[in-house]
Amino acid sequence: MKKMLSAPYIVFMIVFMIVPMGMVAYFAVTTADGSFTFDNLAAVSQYTNIFIRSVWLAAIATVVCLIIAYPLALVLARINVSYQSTVLMIVMLPMWMNFLLRTYAWMTILGNNGLINNFLGMFGIGPFRFLNTQGAVVLGMVYDYLPFMILPLYNVIVKIDKSVIDAAHDLGCGNFKTIVKVVMPLSMPGVMSGITMVFVPAISTFIISRMLGGGGNLLIGDLIEMQFLGNSYNPNLGAAMSLVLMVIVLLIMVILNQFDSDEDSVLM
Amino acid sequence: MKKLLMLIAAFAVLFTCACSHITEETDEDTSQAVFEKDKNYYSALKGNNITINVYAWGEYIPVGNDDGVPDVNAEFTNLTGINVNYTTFATNEEMYAKLKSGGASYDIIIPSDYMISRMIKEDMLEPIDKSNIPKFKNIMEKFTDPDYDPGSVYSVPYSWGTVGILYDNTAFTEEEAANIGWETLWDEKYADNILMFDNPRDAFAIGELLLGYSLNTEDDEELENVAEKLKEQKKLVQAYVMDEIYDKMGAGEALLAPYYAGDAVMLMEEYDHLSFVIPESGTNLFVDAMCIPKGARHKEAAEMYINFMCEPDIAYAVADYIDYSTPNLAAYELIDDDVKNDGISYPDDEFLAEKAEVFENLSDETNLKIQNLWTELKSAEEYTPNIWIVPLFMAMCVIASIVILIKRYIKKKKEIF
Repeated sequence: MKKMLSAPYIVFMIVFMIVPMGMVAYFAVTTADGSFTFDNLAAVSQYTNIFIRSVWLAAIATVVCLIIAYPLALVLARINVSYQSTVLMIVMLPMWMNFLLRTYAWMTILGNNGLINNFLGMFGIGPFRFLNTQGAVVLGMVYDYLPFMILPLYNVIVKIDKSVIDAAHDLGCGNFKTIVKVVMPLSMPGVMSGITMVFVPAISTFIISRMLGGGGNLLIGDLIEMQFLGNSYNPNLGAAMSLVLMVIVLLIMVILNQFDSDEDSVLM
Repeated sequence: MKKLLMLIAAFAVLFTCACSHITEETDEDTSQAVFEKDKNYYSALKGNNITINVYAWGEYIPVGNDDGVPDVNAEFTNLTGINVNYTTFATNEEMYAKLKSGGASYDIIIPSDYMISRMIKEDMLEPIDKSNIPKFKNIMEKFTDPDYDPGSVYSVPYSWGTVGILYDNTAFTEEEAANIGWETLWDEKYADNILMFDNPRDAFAIGELLLGYSLNTEDDEELENVAEKLKEQKKLVQAYVMDEIYDKMGAGEALLAPYYAGDAVMLMEEYDHLSFVIPESGTNLFVDAMCIPKGARHKEAAEMYINFMCEPDIAYAVADYIDYSTPNLAAYELIDDDVKNDGISYPDDEFLAEKAEVFENLSDETNLKIQNLWTELKSAEEYTPNIWIVPLFMAMCVIASIVILIKRYIKKKKEIF
């Protein structure tokens, strides 16, 4: 009977996740007229540099997110509880707005006639080229996905038992050492889910690179979109690219999870 | 004395306003008298409660707003009792993908030339019965036998335009402005201030115009030459964009951009610092036409709608709203002379016949070739990517897994003791 309760979700998952994924795999290994082929998957290899760029930019964005979010989550978990919800709301605030709009705003901030360059221009500096660079793409990713890093980190850190930290202090750990030796290992699950929640959407994003990267810094997401809405309608190659992307993400997640499970045993 | 003068001036202004108002009203009266619509024809399907689905570009059919834009679809419903459901697409390819996947049923679509010939070739369009469209006679002769649809069997032209260069006239001297051509988009003087189309077909067309090739070339070597040219241009290009050209040029982010004539007219109305020129060496002429896709549920109603769009006053309202040029002769005659003669919306016929080329559908191989060259262009790094990075990445993965395995092994051993 208890199992029946999960039926709605299982049906949902089969219809909208398992079946479409099977279709992606099917399209990836067939030609337009339905015969079996490996050509699509082989053709993906000529776009290696785009895959590398996507992984690289997404990795940088994830690390930057982690560096910004971790100290914030530490502070957030320690301040007065009544302030915590306010600060959390401020963190969430940008997410109430459509993310296209937020990305669009960066275009007016970073542009040659944008806010920053106008401000610098008052002192006779610049204009610098901010927009249409890889840096702008990373900035866009960090800005859009930062809340997804902060929230899981905060959730884990706030639940760490105070007595564990007190014990560390009692045993002669300074503040810094407590954080490194006690809080960090205990917060590893939060770090992992934060990395997953930032890295996975960042690697497959496409509109950010087009709006902030000037269209010259193609990412995998753009490439896949081009196969469906571009000049040549080629859903098979697009599916093959999606499949390769999924495998890459899976591989990276598996590797990361190894470190995670290691630390898990500390928690036990 | 001064006050008296002011008073007289004020009266003069008032008087002219009133006069112009009166003349405007009489204008409208005559127009309604002239463009009486055939009630018999339009009431044929009344009372059947039909709804037709129209699928076209965004903001491509005037549907009314506070600024006095007429609601063409509502007028059609009043006249015929047929409801119109207008949905929009952003690119021809999006429209094609949607029809191809069979997700929805449309009665009317308004794609561009090359897409029409592709859909004809793939048997996706229904032939249009011209005897149901008496107003087809309003279409200019030069648009009734296009290369993309010989004899206009499947399509009725809706609007057309050309591609030119939009530039910031504050950055160009008169002499420089007079010499703007496609090669200006390759001028290093304007490095980082050039925008470029983010669409392989349009971008390649500009390269082909520069090199003097046909816009429909299927020659591999020519295409590779064009790709080489575009690659040369890449380091000068600020960004590859489509609709963002509107905002970026308006905000003064860039000095030069290729753009479509109709949108350029709209931009120039809004911003004084922008000017538009159609290079004399040649251009791309594009035509959007109304078609009926295979599987349309209400073909007769759709033909009635097409006929309605060919009515002079309706075609005029459309042209006035979208700022693109009209292929409708009767509507063209209603257009202001200064629009006719500005050299942007209606270049002279001789130039169009000799220097403007219309896109045709390319073979699948050529499309693929262009797509691949384009992807290569877009993905090329300014520095050559290190080929060792992939093996390095793999090696790191392997090392990481070994480390993890060893660590686990040691741990297990510890646990045993």
